[in-house]
Amino acid sequence: MMTELFVDAARVARKDLLIEWRTRVTINQVIPLGLLIEVVFAFAFDANRSLLEQGAPGLFWVGVLFAGTLVVQRSFTVEGPDGITDALRLSGFRPGAMFLGKAAAIFVELVVLEVALLVGVVVLFDVGLSDPLLLVATTVIGTAGFALTGAIYGALSLGVRVRETLLPLLLIPVVAPILLGGSRALEAAFGISTQPGWNWVGLLTVITGVYAAIGLVAFGPLMEES
Amino acid sequence: MSGATDRGDSRHLMTSSVATRILGWVGLAAMAVMALLGLVVSPRDRIQGEAVRLLYIHVPTIWVAYGSFVLTAVASALYLWRGSSREDRGRHYDRIAGAAGEVAVLFLALTLVTGMLWGRITWGVFWQWDARLTTTALMFVSYLGYLAIRNMPADIEARSKRAAIAALLAAVNIPIVHFSVEWWRTLHQKASIRSDRNSEITGDMFATLMFSLLAFTLVAAWLMIHRYRLVRLEEIREEEGLALAVSARRAEGVNA
Repeated sequence: MMTELFVDAARVARKDLLIEWRTRVTINQVIPLGLLIEVVFAFAFDANRSLLEQGAPGLFWVGVLFAGTLVVQRSFTVEGPDGITDALRLSGFRPGAMFLGKAAAIFVELVVLEVALLVGVVVLFDVGLSDPLLLVATTVIGTAGFALTGAIYGALSLGVRVRETLLPLLLIPVVAPILLGGSRALEAAFGISTQPGWNWVGLLTVITGVYAAIGLVAFGPLMEES
Repeated sequence: MSGATDRGDSRHLMTSSVATRILGWVGLAAMAVMALLGLVVSPRDRIQGEAVRLLYIHVPTIWVAYGSFVLTAVASALYLWRGSSREDRGRHYDRIAGAAGEVAVLFLALTLVTGMLWGRITWGVFWQWDARLTTTALMFVSYLGYLAIRNMPADIEARSKRAAIAALLAAVNIPIVHFSVEWWRTLHQKASIRSDRNSEITGDMFATLMFSLLAFTLVAAWLMIHRYRLVRLEEIREEEGLALAVSARRAEGVNA
């Protein structure tokens, strides 16, 4: 039963990643936009080195949030035309598998985006790395939380004409705790703050768990009505 | 105001009835008395001075807002679980959720504005990044998103279902946001403004506060009932519009 769920989820994720690989929208458009956001922040802070270093963890997550919203947007835009949503609904996949599959594909794309953003933050904002394990744990769990939340709200705005503007308005306030927790944990990982970072990873894990559970329940009704 | 009979002639439907007119006048009178109590009868506070009068709006509005959010969540849950088995397919619950959501956002906005004014006088700044303020601001934005879903151009059933799910998600999200923001502020910097916030309120001030709560509750109830009826009229108008368009198309077919 559970194995089937994950096998189906893997199929859905594979489909989405294959579309992404063929169109390369994340690589060609979203990653450059993420880097652009970091550069624009440097302009806004008048290239003040100490300020940028202090704010680097937050700026990293702001980049992930805004560029990531486009990844989520894209993940559900590809379902729109040619009755693909109906095809997915008729495919026999359980809603839970569709939810986990969509979230997994978003997760993979976000990780690629984050690698580029991390390199950008290290190079542009001059931050060091004092706890690589904490960095990996924070980004992996925080990103999983973002991807799961994104999949729920992506489905919520699926097939709606005002989706482009509606999704960010819905998604960003909800993922604000991920921005908060992720930023504080990365401050510790970058050695900017002496506060414990692992507590925040705990919080991110709880958020991720809550949204995974909600998505498994809510995705079915959302897909039915879209 | 029962279903089928008034559908045919919605132009004569009103959002007010005798009961709501009385409720409206009582609410208005209560607001006037509240202004008198808050501005004249109630004494100035020993520590906060005249600024304490803002709390007679600030505190009741947040209570009413929270109450309305609970109502939105409960009505949304009822819509999802019980809606399909009802004759009206849960429209009643959906309208309650929507009306309560709108009133909640309005009252939360009042809370934020009065809070900022109070903060400017008491702390010297409009905004402090303390846990309660940050949580309230995020909640405000979340429910703006909920209202955006309610207003999106889509099929009414789909819109209601998504709005109900969004309302429940927003409710689940409140403790998450609250906890993370609280933790953020306690770990990061100690809140410096706690001391004067929990000062005890007694006597005339307490009575004024309780009366304000009553006045705002009456006004909120009046607004909600009117919003409920207005949404219902909008739905009837949409249905009538559709029926008219269908009959116009049929008439075209006959003439051709």
